[in-house]
Amino acid sequence: MENVLESIAEGEILLSDGAMGTMLIDYGIELDQCFEAINLTHPDVLENIARSYCEAGSDIVQCNTFGASPMKLSMYSLEDKYAEINETAVKAARKAVGDKAVVAASMGPCGRLLKPFGDADTENVFDSFKKQAEVVINSGVDMILVETMTDIEEAKIAVKAAKSVSDNIPVGATMTFDSTPRGFFTIMGNDIKTAVKELENAGADIVGSNCGNGIEVMINIAREFKKFATKPIIIQPNAGLPEMVGGKPTYNESPQFMAEKAKQFLDIGVSIIGGCCGTTPAHIKALRQMINSYKEK
Amino acid sequence: MDILQQISDNLQRGDDDKVFALTKQAIENNLPPKSILDDGLIAGMAVVGKKFKAHEIFLPDVLLAAKAMYAGMDQLKPLLIKEGIPAIGKIVVGTVQGDLHDIGKNLVAIMLKGAGFEIIDLGNDVSPEKFVDAALTNEASVIGLSALLTTTMPVMKKVVDLVKERNLSDKIKVIVGGAPLTDDYAHEIGADAYGFDGMNAVDKVKMLMELN
Repeated sequence: MENVLESIAEGEILLSDGAMGTMLIDYGIELDQCFEAINLTHPDVLENIARSYCEAGSDIVQCNTFGASPMKLSMYSLEDKYAEINETAVKAARKAVGDKAVVAASMGPCGRLLKPFGDADTENVFDSFKKQAEVVINSGVDMILVETMTDIEEAKIAVKAAKSVSDNIPVGATMTFDSTPRGFFTIMGNDIKTAVKELENAGADIVGSNCGNGIEVMINIAREFKKFATKPIIIQPNAGLPEMVGGKPTYNESPQFMAEKAKQFLDIGVSIIGGCCGTTPAHIKALRQMINSYKEK
Repeated sequence: MDILQQISDNLQRGDDDKVFALTKQAIENNLPPKSILDDGLIAGMAVVGKKFKAHEIFLPDVLLAAKAMYAGMDQLKPLLIKEGIPAIGKIVVGTVQGDLHDIGKNLVAIMLKGAGFEIIDLGNDVSPEKFVDAALTNEASVIGLSALLTTTMPVMKKVVDLVKERNLSDKIKVIVGGAPLTDDYAHEIGADAYGFDGMNAVDKVKMLMELN
């Protein structure tokens, strides 16, 4: 597939994939530890997940690199393995989808708060994201998605770090918002207007939101993004909020429910839709059908 | 303006240097340490807690206010001990085994400290044994458990079970909290209370202490 930014510019609506973490749980892997440690031992599971999303109709599949920045991995004493962990994830996804889908590397929070609220130095966080970006880009990834950010400063650092490795690599950045009586804010107090402005200034090619909410709240978040964004918008909702059923987290929004509601994303003018926690290949398949029939109208 | 009010105001603004200097000045002026604590620091944190709950301020503001609170509290602590004024209660807190997320736990610890409790913070990835042992060693009457991951929530039950196994249910109460938690889940695993957020945890802990 050609460059995502060119496709979007030509008016394409792109479908990303669904969840990674909750899919890994369903594959039966013990997950009280590092989600990315399995890259070293079970690349076949990563291939299977990428293949199922590609077959379900995803234009973009994401690699299991969300928590694979050296700083985040250091919490599990795995920082020395960061190169191998990132490389395996990208190669597994590529092996599964070939050139049928865009392969995107996910970059999630470093796990620490920046000074003065926490103990992390800007330079160290930048360095950590840059190292991760170098490996995923050298491993042949097509784009980078900075995700689930709640601190605009950290999100900007991640975007700049990725862009410092390559000017050409498309970089998307999405943040997670809470719905409050005063509007949408991240835990750190960033609103959508600030997020859009600062992310675009930092060099993000695509901006938006993922995680934290089911689709109905995400539709309102998408509307708010549309008010301010000059760049394409990406929205990846959860399949609702998790409820514990028999000791296992379950997400209740069905593929049909999600696909029906997701039409509104297209009405609003969102360029990339996908799913976060609790979404499955079945959700992606339903979204694919919805997008295809929407286009025919 | 009243110096205690100034302490409270500067704490709310997160100005740790000013809170440090004002607390020092209040001590030098021979104000009772207990009233500097209650009417200055704790009063300020109570406002911070309320504003945070109402989404008027956010996590960074709370963290800066906490820093300011410690700048004052660290000076008062030796004086309170000298005068034999105990904290209103002792609580062991931590994030359960397998979970490395400590922002929520830290926030609850801040609110509890801000309400006058003594906190023994065991950090994250804490084993059930370590929770119970620390509560016994420190003579804490409440254990506060935090989890962000749905995968680590079941570990909370292990702590509750261990307290029962060691016949400590009369002495030690367990309160649980964290983003994926619910009142139902807390009930299901036999915890004594569920704290919906930091402020709610303070109320629930006070309730548990009255039970003891």
